Amino acid sequence: MSEVDAKGAPDPARRASAPVLAYLVTAGAVVLLMMAFGLLMRLAQGGLLQLGPDTFYELLTLHGAGMVGIAALASVAVMWHFLGQYVRLSRGMFIANLVLFLAGVVMILASVLAGGFAGAWTFLYPLPARPMGVWDTQAAALFVGGLLVIGTGFLLLYLDAARAILGQYGNLGRALGWPQLFGRDDGRAPPVAVVASTMVLIINSIGITVGAAILAMTLINLYVPAFAIDPLLAKNMTYFFGHVFINATIYMAVIAVYEILPRHTGRPWKSNKVVLAAWNASLIMVMTNYPHHLLMDFAMPQWALVAGQVISYASGLPVLVVTVFGALTNVYRSGIRWDLTSGLLLLSMFGWGAGVIPAIIDATVVINQVMHNTMWVPGHFHTYLLLGMLPMVLGFMYFLTGDRQTAAGRGLDRIGFWVFAVAGLGFVLAFLAGGQAGAPRRYAEHLAQWLPYDRAGALFAALVLAATLVFVGRFLLRLGQARSRAV
Amino acid sequence: MYQTLAWQLSLILMGALLIAFLFVARRARDRADADASVVSRAYRIRGILFWALLVVVTPVMLYTLLDLPYASAGIDRRESQVIEVVGKQWAWDLSTDRASVGTPVEFRVTSADVNHGLGIYDADMRLVAQVMAMPDYTNTLRHTFAEPGTYKLLCLEYCGLIHHDMIAELKVVAVAEEENSHE
Repeated sequence: MSEVDAKGAPDPARRASAPVLAYLVTAGAVVLLMMAFGLLMRLAQGGLLQLGPDTFYELLTLHGAGMVGIAALASVAVMWHFLGQYVRLSRGMFIANLVLFLAGVVMILASVLAGGFAGAWTFLYPLPARPMGVWDTQAAALFVGGLLVIGTGFLLLYLDAARAILGQYGNLGRALGWPQLFGRDDGRAPPVAVVASTMVLIINSIGITVGAAILAMTLINLYVPAFAIDPLLAKNMTYFFGHVFINATIYMAVIAVYEILPRHTGRPWKSNKVVLAAWNASLIMVMTNYPHHLLMDFAMPQWALVAGQVISYASGLPVLVVTVFGALTNVYRSGIRWDLTSGLLLLSMFGWGAGVIPAIIDATVVINQVMHNTMWVPGHFHTYLLLGMLPMVLGFMYFLTGDRQTAAGRGLDRIGFWVFAVAGLGFVLAFLAGGQAGAPRRYAEHLAQWLPYDRAGALFAALVLAATLVFVGRFLLRLGQARSRAV
Repeated sequence: MYQTLAWQLSLILMGALLIAFLFVARRARDRADADASVVSRAYRIRGILFWALLVVVTPVMLYTLLDLPYASAGIDRRESQVIEVVGKQWAWDLSTDRASVGTPVEFRVTSADVNHGLGIYDADMRLVAQVMAMPDYTNTLRHTFAEPGTYKLLCLEYCGLIHHDMIAELKVVAVAEEENSHE
């Protein structure tokens, strides 16, 4: 299927509004910068670059906050773009979120670069208030305040999405396809873009609210130390927020796969009972499996930790058996039109599915006891973010601007794709291999026996960065050409 | 060893998934005569895959839950050696830095300031056990050392500037050696 439908009308899904493009340009620029920070950290861990621990942990803080933030920004652009095909969203709210996001970024940059804040993006209480003289209260408050401002923007956007969905479907149950899921499937279930958006706005509104609460409590504690927080409660709130927020980025970005891949295969991919069941199950499971981050906190109620393992195992089923298998079904013997868009989207489904495997293994309590907070952890989440979520967004970028390619451009795309895929896999395997060898995560310096994993990781990181530079550079170039044609 | 198991299992399963993707991508350009038959066949395979995963994974998951390291789980109730551990930026305070092989060691772990993680590494720097160190809470980890040697205690929860250098040593000795040292 091309950019025109059967009646010759332009495909509205390929027409991106200026704010969506602004989101993607911002995301492209920031992801490259954060990748460069990641490369510097891997080089430093490998002993190939001298970085003081203060600089290393500042980069760690920026890389974590920057990547999580930009993943959310890019994936919410995917969601807003496709959801907007079915419901009436507020453009003003979408722009307001970008403005608040940029304001938050400025606050975070000032906190880290000027104030030396290096408390990691997880701001785990009471570390922001206990820096041992490395940063001051104002720097910590600026960081926490920056996250709060960014969260506020996203919450407003989700509330607007809820308003629009309620206006169209009457209630959230209908938008989640409950009449078709629990009754007769009349084939009139909402499209996956609506189901997924509804799922995400529910979990992320709750996640952000909990995150905002612990951020506000941390902010008070910074200035009124007598206002103490229960450290275990703080940890639960922080990881609930962080877990839901980062998972939501994939659940938003995957809308691009559901919407775009069928355009390349010519095979519809609609909501049916199984797809609806998977999304509704994920809604519950993403919010309840977060205790797998706390398996080594033995003070937690044991039932919660056991539930963390059991639900983590169960949550792999909708991803692997329904979504990933659904993508393979959509592609197999479809006569697909291969280009960078369809290639990246299929890669993204591999990345998501592959990342689930070491994640579930690490969610096993007895394995977690020798893997938690080793390099295994960034290994699994980079698998489904770098090889899963990011290709979804890159595929979306190409979908919007990838027509009218020259032969040389297609050749460059092909090289970029294979470098990204192979080096990306090598990069995450270097993390996982380091983890199985016991290398701790978030270490400015590693012991000699862990250096080979770090060096291999640095090499692959450089290749991934180069390929992403090609993708983002060509996206910006085509965007410029499209604008000049329009003028 | 769980690390090796996790690594090999991940490689096998990720490899299998990669093969499935490469197989489908290779056949993607061919166009089936009847889309409906491809999809309905895929749905049948999906059903089989679902039940196969459920049948294989459920007992594995339940089996792993029999060996929980938590204090109230079914752990070794023999008399244990108690080591009080306090994490603080950026050092470990231990009530003793010696333990014996073969007798359970009960680490009572807390923190004087921020969150830390007590990671116990053997002489080959393989992680053998860990537990979080948290202010206001005491996490109790029981571990029985099988081999004598000098174990290293590393911090596994990011705790600030010198996090990577927050290291202590624990000497684990054979029982006979321990008795000699008391004579």
